[in-house]
Amino acid sequence: MTVGHLAEFLERSARQFPERTAVVDPAGWSLTYRELDTQSDALAARLVDAGVQKGDRVGLVLPKSVASLVSLFGILKAGAAYVPVDFTAPAERGRRILTDCQIRAAVIDASCTAFLPEFAADPLAAVFVANVSGDGPQGHGVQRLDEAIGHRGVPPSRSRSVDDLAYILYTSGSTGVPKGVALTHENAVSFVHWCSTILAPTEADRFSSHAPLHFDLSILDIFVSIKHGATVCLISENLGKSPRELAAFIEQQRISIWYSTPSILTLLVQFGHLESIDASSLRIVNFAGEVFPVKHLRAVKTIWPTPVYYNLYGPTETNVCTFARIPDKVPEERDEPYPIGCACSHCDTLVLDEDGNEVAAFAEGLLYISGPSVFQGYWNRDEVNRTLFLHRDGRRWYNTGDVVRWREGEGFIYMGRRDRMVKRRGYRIELGEIERALYRQPQVREAAVLALPDPETGVRIIACLSSSDPTPPSVIAMKTFCAHQLPIYMIPDRFVWQGQLPHTSTDKIDYQALKQALLSHA
Amino acid sequence: MSDVRETIRQYILATYLPGESAEHLLDDTPLRTSGILDSLATLGLVSFVEKEFGIELEAHETGIDTFDRIEDIAALVDRKRG
Repeated sequence: MTVGHLAEFLERSARQFPERTAVVDPAGWSLTYRELDTQSDALAARLVDAGVQKGDRVGLVLPKSVASLVSLFGILKAGAAYVPVDFTAPAERGRRILTDCQIRAAVIDASCTAFLPEFAADPLAAVFVANVSGDGPQGHGVQRLDEAIGHRGVPPSRSRSVDDLAYILYTSGSTGVPKGVALTHENAVSFVHWCSTILAPTEADRFSSHAPLHFDLSILDIFVSIKHGATVCLISENLGKSPRELAAFIEQQRISIWYSTPSILTLLVQFGHLESIDASSLRIVNFAGEVFPVKHLRAVKTIWPTPVYYNLYGPTETNVCTFARIPDKVPEERDEPYPIGCACSHCDTLVLDEDGNEVAAFAEGLLYISGPSVFQGYWNRDEVNRTLFLHRDGRRWYNTGDVVRWREGEGFIYMGRRDRMVKRRGYRIELGEIERALYRQPQVREAAVLALPDPETGVRIIACLSSSDPTPPSVIAMKTFCAHQLPIYMIPDRFVWQGQLPHTSTDKIDYQALKQALLSHA
Repeated sequence: MSDVRETIRQYILATYLPGESAEHLLDDTPLRTSGILDSLATLGLVSFVEKEFGIELEAHETGIDTFDRIEDIAALVDRKRG
């Protein structure tokens, strides 16, 4: 039987492995498959009782915990879609997101009730509040989450379709207004099945879950683990940013499949004292979300030589669509980042120029993706959605906005974002190429290069750098270093050193924040 | 002559190296092969030197061999001013 609905992964594993541990959370709580199944059934029944209908959206604003997983599956079992929101975000942002997708109900931490939208005409059907101390919140439809899932209940059986909306992930979007990427069960399930073929998980595996629920990396951690009856070990937001504790977590939880951004692996190898932990349980290390500077990847592979490493590529809109296995040995002289590789078996790729024509073999072009994991559109953005997809050969193709080039034997080489390419003095410059050169400088820990408009020269190139060295190199030393690596028109105009670069809630370098800071100082 | 060097140094620091301290920009620091000055910036420096010291420079005098270090530029200025 082919699973077409995310909740079925849990239901099947609960029948097959009822007493195995499904989830372990940062506070030390854990649930067996039977418990996770029963408790999420109970919440689903409450949601349905309260009036949540198939296709409704339900806000999910919880720290990583067993309760967050119970809630996620409870929402899916009620036939609704979950909308995870960063509980550490400003309340205004959270409210904007939950208002945009017109949630019908919410499961929310007691500290985040300000996130709830005010729908005067159509109040929320139910609000489940977690981590309540004392008497707890009052009001119409408000219930304590622990009480709701403590009572047994089974939701009425509802028809399920692969086209049902499963979740909406809000991404920051280039304009700064969050856009809701709406994904169906088929979108997610097709990706999960592909993961099975590559990772070959078993019930003995222990998955790390580093990404927050509003970041698409969490889809692999949670659903692939649950599908195979494995254990998913949730990492809290605080632990996730503390390299030494994170390293200890890998040893204590005997993690076998790791998945995070390269930034986190870089922090681990630099500050996690990895040489003193036993990571022999690790069999696979996946990374995604940004380019992995080779010097840091080499350092990780040197200290953890045995796992298999995968570079997974794909925007939230398509989930992972290409992948590359990193060779066992990263040569000492290599500093070109590894390719994003070949299309996953459930995806097809096209490389087109700006006019939509296929580029010649091995030439640069924009990467388009088609297949069952490609999303349906942005929530509530009909205008954008009308022209979102390229229709060709009877299929929908999503333009990733990423420029790639095919190389025989390696697959796609990632050249950069189309919107990170600037022209200066008539030369086309890929800002990522400057970053790559800067990473060769031994004192550079992180490099982010931005282009700002300049009335005189058209564009100014600013390198924002972090170093663990209290006295970073002088401007002249940096310019001289760059002059040995780059053509002169690519040498940054300014070098701005910081102790640490800002990161987004999904642990990527926060270019928007850097740009704002530079503009406000200009 | 040291005044000429100082004037050129301060101009380069203020215009092309904001945030850099003067002690890093030595009389013999290469300006162009080091990436401090690109072709447009070199034109800007030539124009500054001409105005500031009241001289005119020929194209062959601003090549990378004779116009790459503060000490070379200062010597060129002294020669031109006679």
